[in-house]
Amino acid sequence: MKDTLGTTGLIFNESLLWEKGKKGRRGFSLPRRDVPEHAVAKKLEGPGPDFPDLSEVDVVRHYIRLSQWNFSVDSGMYPLGSCTMKYNPKTNEVQAARPGFAHAHPLLPQHLSQGALQLIYELEQYLTEITGMDATSLQPAAGAHGELTGMLLFYAYHKSKSAPRSKIIVPDTAHGTNPASAALCGYRSVPIKSNERGVLSPQAVEEIMDTDTAGIMVTNPNTLGLFEENIKAVADIVHAKGGLVYGDGANMNAVMGIVNMGDLGIDVLHLNLHKTFSSPHGGGGPGSGPVCVGKHLEPFLPVPRVIKQKNRYVLSEDFPESLGKIHAFYGNVGVMIRAYSYILSMGPENLKKASQLAVLNAAYIKERLKGTFHLPYDRPCMHECVFSDKLQEPYKVTTLDMVKRLMDYGFHPPTIYFPLVVPGAIMIEPTETESKEDIDLFIESMKTIAREAKENPELLHAAPCKTKRKRLDETLAARKPCLTG
Amino acid sequence: MKEINELNFPDDVRYAKSHEWARTEGDTIKIGISDYAQDQLGDIVFVELPEVGDTFGQSEEFGTVESVKAVSELYMPVAGEVMAVNNTLEDAPEKVNNAPYGDGWMLEIKADNPAEMDDLMDNNAYLQTLKG
Repeated sequence: MKDTLGTTGLIFNESLLWEKGKKGRRGFSLPRRDVPEHAVAKKLEGPGPDFPDLSEVDVVRHYIRLSQWNFSVDSGMYPLGSCTMKYNPKTNEVQAARPGFAHAHPLLPQHLSQGALQLIYELEQYLTEITGMDATSLQPAAGAHGELTGMLLFYAYHKSKSAPRSKIIVPDTAHGTNPASAALCGYRSVPIKSNERGVLSPQAVEEIMDTDTAGIMVTNPNTLGLFEENIKAVADIVHAKGGLVYGDGANMNAVMGIVNMGDLGIDVLHLNLHKTFSSPHGGGGPGSGPVCVGKHLEPFLPVPRVIKQKNRYVLSEDFPESLGKIHAFYGNVGVMIRAYSYILSMGPENLKKASQLAVLNAAYIKERLKGTFHLPYDRPCMHECVFSDKLQEPYKVTTLDMVKRLMDYGFHPPTIYFPLVVPGAIMIEPTETESKEDIDLFIESMKTIAREAKENPELLHAAPCKTKRKRLDETLAARKPCLTG
Repeated sequence: MKEINELNFPDDVRYAKSHEWARTEGDTIKIGISDYAQDQLGDIVFVELPEVGDTFGQSEEFGTVESVKAVSELYMPVAGEVMAVNNTLEDAPEKVNNAPYGDGWMLEIKADNPAEMDDLMDNNAYLQTLKG
């Protein structure tokens, strides 16, 4: 094997900021007071917050050092299945930092916010076009919030027909948040098993779909990375009983500009702008989870909505059937700006090409690693492929051991133990970001790890050994969490 | 994870397909998960159980068990009313890993129909399904 990416280097120790602070140190000076001194009301007085006193260089080194312990998509491949950790072009950051956007405030009057409103309006149109739906709301804060909004739309739709329903069908290859979103909206989720080909069978849906079922939540491509080939037949069955079809668009990176979701019979689809449309994520947000809907659901979309009136963009609440507001102001605008920048800089042909390359890369990995690792569903995959640790079982080496070792080779571990239908799952999503050379290095590293599993399992049980923190005790962390500094 | 022949399947309990066990103890039935189930799940970090007095049908979900890998549902091997819950699992979920048929028990129930125990498998039949 060629030189690996992962090596060792000088990594700095770094203490908590509270341990670093020294009384009286400071990182800035207050500007000279330009208003008369005024006493603070007695009831507002009290001890200040417990902040350490730090100089500027203390703070800069602190965060730079912590960032050196970390791994990011800017430093290497991040094949985290179903999370689409693609590279985020820096132009998106430049656009979002333009003063007109960066200094915008949601309480500014509308005539002073025309740029932001125009961006929201146009981005909604672009997403509507890309997905093949009829209308879009950018309000939801992230994917699961989009799912909840989708469920609220289901509810509003059935209520408008004076026939509320109580159940939602959720396949075992859907995203884990789907049943939770349905439950949060008061629906009971009814699980359904995928067939031996790893996809939904229309017969299975036919058997449980009834007139008390509000609809079905489908992730397509599903979490096995397989295209739900029966989706149209499934949608027909659900529609025939008056139900609706929800599409979880978290895996949209496989089909952007290729599949028209409206044609497939999807009634509501959510997108993750922070996945497919390339805004940074993975540190807890912010995200953005727009919902795209068919004509029949448009009246129920959240308000306010941005509409165009004589070349002006205005916020309108005049949608009497709307389910109301689901986010403070209009959603996470910073993420929208990055997605808008991504869409415009890519253009329609390149968006489509991104999906094609994402699928090609995953298919290449699947073919090259099949045999080295057990491939439970040996079928053409979309943007991600799912292996398991079955072939390594005789050496007592698990998925966890192997992906921990991958860090030593300079790669972020893939998603593991998900989807649940594959015991010991290793779910790899390379995205379109990686070059063939980098993917080959990843494949070579995985093969080396498989060899190590056979020859030196102890090495894998102790991995990673090159990182700042070695093997962490995840069990202890979960059983006895220590959440204070 | 262990080989199936390294796991323990006592003959004084009966097993459900969903990997729970049930043991008749006088008038009540004790319920937990099998050695195979705990081994597959890995280190268990949280067990969510119902309240005393709750009632469940056979195969109905009565709680969840969370390991470092995943969250799994727990299903009633026989229908009945919960008489006691193993609250010590709250602070020591590792008991399920260390003693799945002993200190790691989960519920004690009064069965609606004790004959439902006959629907469950003995250790040999259960072992056969695992070897599949």
